[in-house]
Amino acid sequence: MKNASIGGYILRRLLQTIPVILGVVIVNFLLLQLAPGDLATVIAGEAGGATPEYIAELRARFGQDQPLFVQLLNYMGNLLTFDLGYSFRQSAPVLDLLLDRLWPTLLLMGTTLMVSLSLGILLGLLAAFWVKTWKDHLISVTAVLLYATPLFWVGLMLVLVFAVKLDWFPTSGMENVVAFHEGWDRVWDIAHHLVLPTVTLSVFYLALYARLMRASMLEQRGLDYVTTARAKGLKDAQITRRHVFRNALLPVVTMAGVQTGSLLGGSVVVEAVFAWPGLGQLAYQSLFARDYNLLLGIFFLSAILVVVVNLLVDIIYVILDPRIRLR
Amino acid sequence: MTDAVLDIRDLHVALPAWSDRRHAVKGVSLTVNPREILCIVGESGSGKSMMGKAIMGLLPAPHVHADRGQILFEGRDLLTLGTEAMRAIRGGRIAMIFQEPMTALNPLMPVGRQIDEVLEVHTDLDAPARTARVRALIEDVHLPDPDRMMRSYPHQLSGGQRQRIVIAMALALEPALIIADEPTTALDVTTQAQILHLIKELQRKHGTSVLFITHDFGVVAEIADRVAVMRQGEVLEEGRADDVLVRPEHPYTQALVAAVPGLNPRNRAAETAPPLLEIRDLVRTYRLGGGLFSRNLREVKAVQSVSLSIPKGSSLALVGESGSGKTTMAKCVIGLERPDSGDILLDGQPMTGIGRAQMRAFRRDVQMVFQDPFASLNPRQKVGEIIAMGLVIWGTPRAQALEEARELLRLVGLQPEAADRYPHEFSGGQRQRIGIARALAVKPKLVVADEPVSALDVSVQKQVLELLDDLRRQFGLSMLFITHDLRVAATVCEEIAILQRGVIVEQGSTADIFANPQHGYTQSLLDAVPGRDWISSLPAA
Amino acid sequence: MKSFNARFYGNPRVYLGLVWLALVLIAALFAGVLAPRDPFAIVGQPFLPPGSEGFLLGTDSLGRDVLAGLIHGARTTLMIAVLSTVAAIAFGTVLGALAGYYGGIVDDILMRLTEFFQTIPWFLFAIVLVAILSPSAMNLVIAIAVVSWPPIARVVRAEVMAVKAREFVQAAVVAGQRDMGILFGQILPNTLSPLIVTGSLMVATAILIESALSFLGLGSPGQMSWGFQIGAGRSFLRDAWWLVTVPGIVILLTVLAINLIGEGLNDALNPRLADL
Repeated sequence: MKNASIGGYILRRLLQTIPVILGVVIVNFLLLQLAPGDLATVIAGEAGGATPEYIAELRARFGQDQPLFVQLLNYMGNLLTFDLGYSFRQSAPVLDLLLDRLWPTLLLMGTTLMVSLSLGILLGLLAAFWVKTWKDHLISVTAVLLYATPLFWVGLMLVLVFAVKLDWFPTSGMENVVAFHEGWDRVWDIAHHLVLPTVTLSVFYLALYARLMRASMLEQRGLDYVTTARAKGLKDAQITRRHVFRNALLPVVTMAGVQTGSLLGGSVVVEAVFAWPGLGQLAYQSLFARDYNLLLGIFFLSAILVVVVNLLVDIIYVILDPRIRLR
Repeated sequence: MTDAVLDIRDLHVALPAWSDRRHAVKGVSLTVNPREILCIVGESGSGKSMMGKAIMGLLPAPHVHADRGQILFEGRDLLTLGTEAMRAIRGGRIAMIFQEPMTALNPLMPVGRQIDEVLEVHTDLDAPARTARVRALIEDVHLPDPDRMMRSYPHQLSGGQRQRIVIAMALALEPALIIADEPTTALDVTTQAQILHLIKELQRKHGTSVLFITHDFGVVAEIADRVAVMRQGEVLEEGRADDVLVRPEHPYTQALVAAVPGLNPRNRAAETAPPLLEIRDLVRTYRLGGGLFSRNLREVKAVQSVSLSIPKGSSLALVGESGSGKTTMAKCVIGLERPDSGDILLDGQPMTGIGRAQMRAFRRDVQMVFQDPFASLNPRQKVGEIIAMGLVIWGTPRAQALEEARELLRLVGLQPEAADRYPHEFSGGQRQRIGIARALAVKPKLVVADEPVSALDVSVQKQVLELLDDLRRQFGLSMLFITHDLRVAATVCEEIAILQRGVIVEQGSTADIFANPQHGYTQSLLDAVPGRDWISSLPAA
Repeated sequence: MKSFNARFYGNPRVYLGLVWLALVLIAALFAGVLAPRDPFAIVGQPFLPPGSEGFLLGTDSLGRDVLAGLIHGARTTLMIAVLSTVAAIAFGTVLGALAGYYGGIVDDILMRLTEFFQTIPWFLFAIVLVAILSPSAMNLVIAIAVVSWPPIARVVRAEVMAVKAREFVQAAVVAGQRDMGILFGQILPNTLSPLIVTGSLMVATAILIESALSFLGLGSPGQMSWGFQIGAGRSFLRDAWWLVTVPGIVILLTVLAINLIGEGLNDALNPRLADL
């Protein structure tokens, strides 16, 4: 019964993602219409001067002479078959470019998620444990500071201190390309490059989760079921471990899901700072090349990525909270 | 005295500096003897709940603490006991049952495991032995299908079932003393009767002592061997339940007992007036979970084909437990909700099947007195404005409306100056008077009162009910009175309709229904009235 | 029970926040008086370190005065942040109030829309918007407002729903008050405190978004801003640390100040949490 209902829940959640993806497609299409110059003028421009007849012919070829609604349907059809168009600046299909850059971004996001969640939860727990002592204040003040710091500036300061002054970590890139590392050496090299970007991207979320976890722990500790547990004669540590912790975790898990979109946005900045060869850096480059097709492709893929991560988070939530599963 | 299970001597519980009183409990001395149920009765602010928490060592430290006296339990002073020794006593030798079964259990843990925890921390039993014991405990509290019950989560159980789980938890180690803090207040009347019965049964069976905290003298009459009456942190009167209930000595106890709504039905008005409100075949169904993008619709038939009528100048009580549809009925009559089918006629004019604009015309004629005196007044408006609002909307000039508001305040027993103050400056009973003044301001034909006294202390309850009754006669109003409490219904209404799961099972004059209930459910509601025999023996007011 | 003023101004963190915010506000309002010259003007040697004669915070790679840039940047950044927050609050409040008050299908549609804008990677969306609309102060305000309104809509909706369920609103319906009168007269005044708190915290977020966009080169051209200063200085991190460090600290302090004030407001407006 338990598994069946989780399966049903996942199916329902999957169905709910369809409108979101359709929405992104429509937004993408509208933005493309807003963008200065259409595909035909761009190609014509690339070709270096073109007659109006040639441009009209190009428009007909791309279906741009058809009504907007038909164009939208064509566009949807293309996107749903993962035909994201062609980047004339990079002379490659957008999809190929994206897939090429997907893994570095996933790596950065994954490590950031792990670091910020585990450390944030730990710090929140400790702060709640030491509530209203100097240790709690220290954690809280640090969290408030980190919470207010611009991401890109954290990155630059870390570069200044740990790369430029101390020379502990490389300033940019994902690996030392000229060294041609293989096997574990390469893994080690990438991990070495990963440290500063991960720390940069993590600090904000770490602060966020630590504050939330602390507040959530304190809130849960005041609830009736905790009084029941105390009246049963449980030790404080047992009450925290068995009862409070899991209940307090729920808002943090929810928040981690909500923040996925913002995490991807943050990775654009971090990748720009560290020249990390992911989607974010590609977005940064396409900005200046005015390569809107590529930019919108990145937006589309990122949105799908967020939807997928949200789905995973919801599944974790359902496993943690029986009330949703059995409703 | 040495054989007492619990011996409280001169207990003082200090409150933090910022509160309005220094002590929640001032010099209380009480004993609980073996195999007896001692009831502590008091209204809100009497310090009765603090007593229970102090014994369990669950006072919200560090702000609230016991600063004088002794709590002797099995020869040891609980107030001076170390953390570890106190922990061994909690759950092991003294157990506790709480008021709110909805929140007293961890929502993320199966209930069997939550009972099991008590055994785990206090005994050396191995897992299979503990499981067997949990199973036996669940059977002990008469819950069906113990194996499935053990694996259930709290949200899958009803309020009564959860309270049974909490009781099973309290019984797990056969404690010498159980402290029950208003354990039935959050429950329906019939469930309350069952839980009271269960507590008494188990207390007899296991020879446990119980310290039972309550505000309801009916419950006291039902369950207590001895009673202690508390007010403002002090015990005013203590003695055998039979003595205190029948011959209360302290004037405060006498007043409290007199305030208990009796079961003396009032008689039907002599002449039969034409009906003011007529309800015919009213149906209201809720569709749950049906959003724009989800399909799993669930229908709840809140009201199914209800018909009733209220004569001019008369009052009818609609009595039902939670989920009976009584609040839905009230909302349909007041026009806050549209019925799916059926007719509501006021003075012969249909209120259903009409447009919004026509509906608005009825607003003047039907007014409402709400349940929660704290939520029913806008905290950002002055009392005068709140009362005058209806008048202003219906075209009375502002100054004149405010003048009338002052007059109404006088009428409901408040100072006219109250008009210039904000709601938070008033007590619950005073707020309810303001709510009544608001309802009367536009001179309605019908007043719908939705549980208007259920949030109030008994002594205040009585005053508000009397006020409502007086004003109703004075203004010649009709009233639809919604309540869960048959006792209250009997004091203010000539007629009663009993609602069960959206259907009226019985309807008639209060006197007839009390004397000769026809339907089994009416009978069970009457039987469930706590302290019924005692109440019937009280002299009529 | 202490009064709002005592709880708010008696909080030392609020006090610090107010002092710094006042400084930034003075800089923004009187930028023309405090630093009369064009912040883009070349006024000295490049790379003069802080403390140099006439340049308290040094000069940048082109010899522009860093302090003058910060003062004029305060004006740009604050203006964009405040305007976009006001726009987001206006839009989010209307949407949230309608969704919360009417419920049913209206609520369903509006909340799906809100969820949609919360799900999509909003910073990327802001980048795409500014890039396609072309960078300008106006378009920055639009982009930031477009990605900021969902939390406001959610807060307002939740509050409106909570307040609507309270009996005094039903009493107003029963008294015959009309929908808009109830919404604006009874409900919205009771949702003000969470709205004030969320709104004030949102100004801080808007500052962070604006500086990140400016840092990426999407700032309003021709207007000095803190993020732009950092973006322009990052290539010289090795040799001129102050070009990045100083504006960064200014952003940090300003965002911190607003957060402290916002939290102070929260504690003062919801005292039951503070007393625990």
